[in-house]
Amino acid sequence: MSTLTKDQLALAEATLDFTQDRIAPHAVAWDQDKHFPLDVLREAAGLGLGGVYVREDAGGSGLTRTDGVVIFEVLATGDPSIAGYLSIHNMVGWMIDRYGDDAQRARWLPGLCAMDTLGSYCLTEPGAGSDAAALATRAERVGDTYVLNGVKQFISGAGASQLYVVMARTGAEGPDGISAFVVDRDDPGVSFGPNEKKMGWNAQPTRQVVLDGVRLPADRRLGAEGDGFRIAMNGLNGGRLGIAACSLGGARAALHRSVEYLADREAFGAPLLKSQALQFRLADMATELAAARALVRQAAEALDLGDPQARELCAMAKRFATDTGYRVADEALQLHGGYGYLAEYGIEKIVRDLRVHRILEGTNEIMRLIVARDLIGAAR
Amino acid sequence: MSLRIVVCVKYVPDATGDRHFAEDLTTDRDAVDGLLSELDEYAVEQALQIADAADDAEITVLTVGPEDAKDALRKALSMGADKGVHVEDDDLHGTDVVGTSLVLAKAVEHVGYDLVLCGMASTDGTMGVLPAILAERLGVPQVTLLSEVAVADGTVTGRRDGDAASEQLQAQLPAVVSVTDQSGEARYPSFKGIMAAKKKPVESLDLSDLGIDADEVGLGGAWTKVEDAAKRPERTAGTIVKDEGEGGKQLAEFLVSQKFI
Ligand SMILES: Cc1cc2nc3c(=O)[nH]c(=O)nc-3n(C[C@H](O)[C@H](O)[C@H](O)COP(=O)(O)OP(=O)(O)OC[C@H]3O[C@@H](n4cnc5c(N)ncnc54)[C@H](O)[C@@H]3O)c2cc1C
Ligand SMILES: Cc1cc2nc3c(=O)[nH]c(=O)nc-3n(C[C@H](O)[C@H](O)[C@H](O)COP(=O)(O)OP(=O)(O)OC[C@H]3O[C@@H](n4cnc5c(N)ncnc54)[C@H](O)[C@@H]3O)c2cc1C
Repeated sequence: MSTLTKDQLALAEATLDFTQDRIAPHAVAWDQDKHFPLDVLREAAGLGLGGVYVREDAGGSGLTRTDGVVIFEVLATGDPSIAGYLSIHNMVGWMIDRYGDDAQRARWLPGLCAMDTLGSYCLTEPGAGSDAAALATRAERVGDTYVLNGVKQFISGAGASQLYVVMARTGAEGPDGISAFVVDRDDPGVSFGPNEKKMGWNAQPTRQVVLDGVRLPADRRLGAEGDGFRIAMNGLNGGRLGIAACSLGGARAALHRSVEYLADREAFGAPLLKSQALQFRLADMATELAAARALVRQAAEALDLGDPQARELCAMAKRFATDTGYRVADEALQLHGGYGYLAEYGIEKIVRDLRVHRILEGTNEIMRLIVARDLIGAAR
Repeated sequence: MSLRIVVCVKYVPDATGDRHFAEDLTTDRDAVDGLLSELDEYAVEQALQIADAADDAEITVLTVGPEDAKDALRKALSMGADKGVHVEDDDLHGTDVVGTSLVLAKAVEHVGYDLVLCGMASTDGTMGVLPAILAERLGVPQVTLLSEVAVADGTVTGRRDGDAASEQLQAQLPAVVSVTDQSGEARYPSFKGIMAAKKKPVESLDLSDLGIDADEVGLGGAWTKVEDAAKRPERTAGTIVKDEGEGGKQLAEFLVSQKFI
């Protein structure tokens, strides 16, 4: 767990080559220009990044979560925003692979794996974020079709994505009344809000998805009626590992650059790196990241093995790695002095990107809630 | 019949690492990480493209080198080659290009080939002569330093770009071809390719398997002898030309003094 296998090293190396050639050199410009690089994503699919966890028969790479957290960490050293979107796209692919029937898998997965079609995940609504089970989007059964009405909020990739896994209410209040659907951008009644102006994650769009009388044949439903919330939560277990790994990668890049910067920067007659006070801060940053990485890998392994504690471990890993990653990135900015605050140096961008990892795919408060519920349950 | 392509790939010390000479003045290969020579990735890429264009082709990647040279094979296999051949023998230590070409020639014949592909030069030895010597040993045409290559109907054609002109070349197979870094970017290995690589067969051979005597290779068999090796001098600070009106002239004078212009 703590050391990588030969295969994982090779996966990391291929991802690193791609990241350094195709992503890292453009990350600052994409952030400044709010550019979503569809061409680079399609190229990434050539490596297998379009369907990391999707089984091979449908065009996927068939890798484990333990492999995945290595890959996403490396990817995020180039750009947490692009890596974050890819993590979400892969969550969608995994959900269809896991819960779709043969026809659905054959219909949607090859395109997702090749990234000819991009995927988005639609759970959050204007009135239901943390309390996702209170969602209000309805899917009314009319004959052998469903008619969807509602608004999804903060949807990553929206507008650019072709496929949307939408959680909507088919039954009573609460989690058991929710079903999952695959909505196509071209379905009549689908429209999008403007691209949100955000603090970070600017290299990918975030929009509202508006569903106005969207009529879907029954074969667009993923899993059974009433299974939607469970499907959404299981998707998030893996998703949280992806986001956690992206925090590790962003922070690792920021730490690495801080060492280089302090070696170059002279003050008081010597390179700043000679200061032991600063060396110790770097040592702490590295140590905390290593601890976070160990937890992320443990959680990934638990998910791969079907450990009954996997959900709690994923929540712990997401909470700990995203908080740690943010702190390390912020510290890196501090160590860069005024230059850290300039866009050109790419450090402030990492801080802005990593900030949202503490909020999305379940806030870090909700992560504590998941862990605490399990603890309290065990004490009863 | 299937087109048999053999790609010679070299395992070289990482150029970004700190490289040293061992006591016998050979490169100390244990002290640094190694990898597939980047220039040989172009040869693998062209092999993959030629194989794609052919009805039926099999790509063997071949390396002569230490135990860790398997990593170079693995990288080439993860890019899509079909099988590997690794020649390893303690007696190979210190082998020069004459000896290496002998080993490669015997190994290529052992595998069976229609086309041998090489890089333009290794990134460590950088002699760039191995493909020519190999062709000579095999007694087949050599078509070297191609920036474009294609195979059809038992013929290899390609373009060699020189300073003054481009040559269009052609040879009957079997032949030895080397390709340049202008031949087309090498693909990234895919995740699937990486996972599949470990299941692909790699044949290990030693000198006796190839019928080569130890004294034909190694430091003893080398036609060249390294008398002395010195550390590269420390880099000194460059000359800074300050523009105070005469900057252009001073710059030109500096370049003339260094025989650049
Ligand atoms: C850039 C971005 C991209 C996003 N992408 C997606 C996407 O692709 N798909 C998607 O479905 N959603 C997405 N989201 C939505 C995200 O998951 C939600 O914003 C998040 O779950 C929080 O919901 P909320 O914003 O409604 O906050 P609220 O739920 O209103 O929470 C407000 C505050 O109260 C705290 N809080 C709430 N309940 C409790 C509690 N019980 N105990 C303690 N504290 C509590 C929260 O932690 C938070 O600090 C995205 C958000 C952003 C900003
Ligand atoms: C005196 C001397 C001592 C040496 N000692 C050692 C030693 O101790 N250990 C050691 O490993 N090497 C040693 N070498 C280097 C080794 O002999 C080289 O592999 C050989 O000389 C080829 O030269 P090059 O790398 O410059 O090939 P180039 O002509 O620059 O290479 C062109 C192409 O030939 C192919 N090729 C070259 N070498 C190999 C290979 N080994 N396997 C497969 N394909 C290949 C590749 O396709 C490459 O792109 C020594 C060389 C000399 C001159």
